[in-house]
Parts: sequence; structure tokens; C-alpha cells
Amino acid sequence: MTDKLSHEEHSHDEEMHIHPHVHSEGYVHTHEHLHGVPHDHHTDAPAPALLNVDGVNFEYKTARVLNEICVGVARGEILAILGPNGVGKSTLLKCMNLILQPKTGTIMLGELNLTKMSGNEIAKNVGYVAQRNDSARMTVFDSVLLGRKPHIGWRVTDHDYTIVENAIEQFGLTDMQLRYIDELSGGELQRVCLCRAIVQEPSVLLLDEPTSSLDLCRQMEILRAIRNVVDHHDVATVMTMHDLNLALRFADRFLFMKNGRIYAMCDKSGVTSQIIEDVYGIKVDVILHNEMPIVVPCG
Amino acid sequence: MTKEEKKPTNYKAYVSRKVSVILIGIAATIIMFLVSVSVGAVSIPIPDIITTIFGGGGTSLYERIIWNIRIPQALTAIAAGAGLAIAGVSMQSVLRNPLASPFTLGLSSAAAFGAAVGILLFGAGTTGSSIADAVVINNPYLTTLSAFFFAILTTVIILLIAKIRSATPETMILAGVAISSLFSAGLMAIQYFVDDTRLASIVFWQFGDVARASWTELGLITLMTVICLIYFIYKRWDYNSIDAGEETAKGLGVNVERTRIIGMIAASLISATVVAFLGIIGFVGLVCPHMMRRVVGDDHRFLIPASFVCGAVLLLISDTVARTVIAPHVLPVAVLTAFLGAPVFLYLIIMRRRA
Repeated sequence: MTDKLSHEEHSHDEEMHIHPHVHSEGYVHTHEHLHGVPHDHHTDAPAPALLNVDGVNFEYKTARVLNEICVGVARGEILAILGPNGVGKSTLLKCMNLILQPKTGTIMLGELNLTKMSGNEIAKNVGYVAQRNDSARMTVFDSVLLGRKPHIGWRVTDHDYTIVENAIEQFGLTDMQLRYIDELSGGELQRVCLCRAIVQEPSVLLLDEPTSSLDLCRQMEILRAIRNVVDHHDVATVMTMHDLNLALRFADRFLFMKNGRIYAMCDKSGVTSQIIEDVYGIKVDVILHNEMPIVVPCG
Repeated sequence: MTKEEKKPTNYKAYVSRKVSVILIGIAATIIMFLVSVSVGAVSIPIPDIITTIFGGGGTSLYERIIWNIRIPQALTAIAAGAGLAIAGVSMQSVLRNPLASPFTLGLSSAAAFGAAVGILLFGAGTTGSSIADAVVINNPYLTTLSAFFFAILTTVIILLIAKIRSATPETMILAGVAISSLFSAGLMAIQYFVDDTRLASIVFWQFGDVARASWTELGLITLMTVICLIYFIYKRWDYNSIDAGEETAKGLGVNVERTRIIGMIAASLISATVVAFLGIIGFVGLVCPHMMRRVVGDDHRFLIPASFVCGAVLLLISDTVARTVIAPHVLPVAVLTAFLGAPVFLYLIIMRRRA
């Protein structure tokens, strides 16, 4: 099983760089073969990937955390990285903007090789929202302004202020822009962090569990905001998630990880109870509710 | 201008509020400087100070007192206080710990140990001080060098440990605490065995006193403080990023490890210079940043300059009070910094987060 899968990953990786379109077709084929899921979303050709992760390996001390990861994300697309705790989801995300240095492999952003760029240059192209955000005694406005840091020289320019103001308005933070962020609720803080990543004007957005520790209402609110940003700014987005149903609802493609490897990659219709069972080790039913797949644990 | 139109008006008001805190601080520093130069054994009227400084005459007695004693002492208080305060800001930020200060990391005990070693090896002699004429330290420069050496050595050890174990704040703080205890024990051992004269010198050295500096020492302290101030201000956005979380900072392109190490080195250089020349002056580095955090927040664009003036004012007031409160006797300024700073600090803690 493992051999077969890694072979498939390998071939799909090779194809991906030459013909992204073909890769996608071949990929779908794989899963039809594996899980017998028909595809109905592939009438229009997918855009070529903007962010390309190629052959990434990551080791923490001697333990190998990521093994030959290859994945591409297109503009306007949300890729959800799924898998159990400790499988390397966050590690993969951090490798994508080189917060963690992969042992081998390259990360390409279009023609740019991120692996060879400085942290500041990467930050001009890739926005990142960490899972844990500390709240210092800074105002919402200044916290968002911090997102302009990669672009700011010695002085903040009018251009920076304009971008920040517009983003604050877009995220509905105008009323609280002079409040200190250590007085905000979890959902509000998450919105500030997302807004900060947006003012970096990135073409790629990386989100590490954007909904963790939020209530249901705030989860929906923040994911709607993310979806909105992705659609309007046309950014390629990758987010790690624990909640499968929220992921299914808001993401376009799904990358399931197991033991530091890619176990499966599919779109909404490709998510099957079999994949989830293999990855998470529990029995589930995938049912359709209002044409939306829902994962329900059995027993 | 377009800038005025584009920035929201209330943000502008908010920024000018913070800037005004800094301006008030600068005004307070100037006023306190004049007061400090004015008071003492010979009291000099402020108009005479101004005419003397700007070369408008004045008596030769005033001139000598002002230029040789009062001004160096007042300027030393400003430079040392400001330097210790910004060193504290930097350490609290890069180590992400509100209790971090040059002294929590063992610099002061290392310097005290170094001074004790210097006094032990090079014996007794004389050094200029307004506090205790009876106490003498021979070769004050060797004592100073020894204190400086050990203070810097502490930082080097902490950084080496951090290098091996990756530069996490916890590693650095724990290493600092351990080294601090080590030097304290060493100091106690020396104090236990030396003769009375040297014991007196060692204890005397530890009482921080801004009167020890002449123009040369003042120049070195000022130079160190100004260089680090420029560096800290240049890195203000990096410090703000680190405040938002280490990973967020890295995501914003900040080299967190390097910023942490350079911030540590800069803060240590200021503190080591101040401590080596003046003795131990605690509290300023810990508390001034916190006072200003309460007033202007954690934004380093405002926090660094605000702490700078806060440190200057606090040490200047402390020194002035120390020289006058039980005149003709003079208290060590280090005693006064805590006496004056602690109540203000407690007040700010109690009043914090008022809606």
C-alpha cells in the first residue's frame, strides 16, 4: 500500500511540473481507482499552481517529520492540510515560508525560488498566521500596520496607511481600531492576525489552524472571512485544520497526511470514509447534507 | 497634506498623545537637570546656571562647581538611567519575559564579583567619590575593567549556552539565573575572607553612585547608550513583531534568533559599562520600561524613546534626592531609585487597565 502510494505521489509530482493539468487528471484517476469516487467538479481546467512544494523533507533532530512532500496550490484556491495530531501539518506549513528550513526540496512561488530568498523578501510574498498569537499592549491599528513591516523602510508611508485602513475596514475592525489587542476576544484577535497577513499583500496565505479555540459562530465568521479574502485577492491559500466538516465546507482541495507523508490529495468529492479511516484510525460515515459532504464518526 | 487626510483622525490624536508623553518626559528631564545642577552643598540659582552654561559669565566658583561636579554628575545620571532603561526594554522584548533586565541575568552579580576580584588582587588606594571618603580603592581602572570583564563574560556564557541549546528565552533566563547565583556565591566567599579595609571597599563599590564618573566615563557611557538607542530604534518593528509571537515574527521576515542575540549583546554592553563605572544601580532597567508600558503601551516606536527619558528622569531625581534628603550626608543613588520608583510602579500596577 505504501509503495503504491509513494509511487503514485512520485509520478504525480513529475507530471505536476510539466503539465499541471495532466497532473490533476491523473490524480483524479488515481482516486477513482482507489476509492471509486466519481468526479463532477472537473469540467473547467484548474489553474497552474502558484506555490509549488517539491520533494520537501524535514527532520527534527534525527526524527524525520516530513517525507518527500510535493504539492501545488493555485491562485484563488484553498488547500486544507488534514491529519491527526503530530503528523507534520504545521511543520509542512512552516516549511512553505521557510520559517522552518527543509532538509531538502524546493519551494517555488511562480518563478521565485523561496528557498533562496531572505526572510524579508519571502514575507513580501507569503502571509502567515500562526496558531498561537501573543497579544501585546498594542492597538488593533498598529498590530495590523505591523503586517507592512516587510515593506517598511525607516518610515511608514501614506501608501502603507492606506492599505492598512482599507484592510481594517474590510475586516470590520474600524470600530475597534484603537483598542488594545490584549483586550480583544479570541475571534477578534484572529481577525486582526488575518488582517495583518493581508496587508503584507501576499500572493500566498498560510494559516495554521485558524479556527482553533474559537466557538462555532467565530469559526464560521473567520472561515467566511478567509474565503472572502481568497476569492477577492486571488491568493493561493493553505491552511491546517482539525475540523473536517469545516474544512469540507470552505476548502477546495484536501491533503491528508499520515506519518509525515502525503496519504491522499483530492477535492471535495474525493473525500471518502476510507481515507479518513486510514488517516485518523476511526470509522466514519461521509454523508451528504444539502449537497455538502459531512463526516460523521460511527459508534 | 495627503498623509493627514489618509490617516484616521482618531489615530492621529492617539499618536500625538503618545508623542506628547515623550515630549513631557524630555521637558521634565531638562527641568530636573537644572534643579539637579542647582541643589547641593552650594546652592546655585537657576539663572546663574543658564548664564554659566551659555558662557554669559558667572562667578568662577559657580563655573568650577557646575562644570566639574554638577554637570558631569547630572549628565551621568541621564545617560546611565536612559541606557539602563532601554537595555531593560530590549531584554524584556527579546527574552519575552517581563522580569528580564540586565540584573536578572546575572550581570550585576558578575560585575560585583569582578570588582571584588579587582579589589582583592590590586589592593586598596583612592577613588573619587562624594559618598564615602574613608573608603579607598586602588587602581580604580583595573577594578572597573575587572567588573566590566565579568559582566560581559556572563553574557558570553549565556549566549554560548543559548547557541548550543538554541536561543530560546527560557534557556537564556535560566542560564542567567544560574550564573548569577554562582557569582553571588563567589562574591560572598571573597567577602568572608578579605580583611576589613578591602571588605569595606568591596561593599562600597556595590552601592551605585553617579558621582563616580568624570567627563571621560560619562563620554563612554553616553557613547554606548546612544549607539544602542539608535540600534534599538532601528529595530523597533522587529521588536514589535517578536511581541506578536515568535512564529508571527518569523513569518514577517524577522530573523528572531539574530535579533535576540544582538539585542542581548547591546543591552549587556550598556549595562556592563554603566555598572563597571558606577556600581550597581538596580531597578531602573526593570521598572522604567514597565512604567512606560502602562503609559504608552508595548509599541516600541513609542516605548523605546519613552523609556529612555523615563530612565533619565528617574535616575536624575533619585540622584538629586540622594544628595539633598539627609544633607550634608549623601545616600547612594541605588537606594533611592527603588525608594522612588517602587511606589510609582505599584501605583501603576494597581491602576492598570482602568477602562
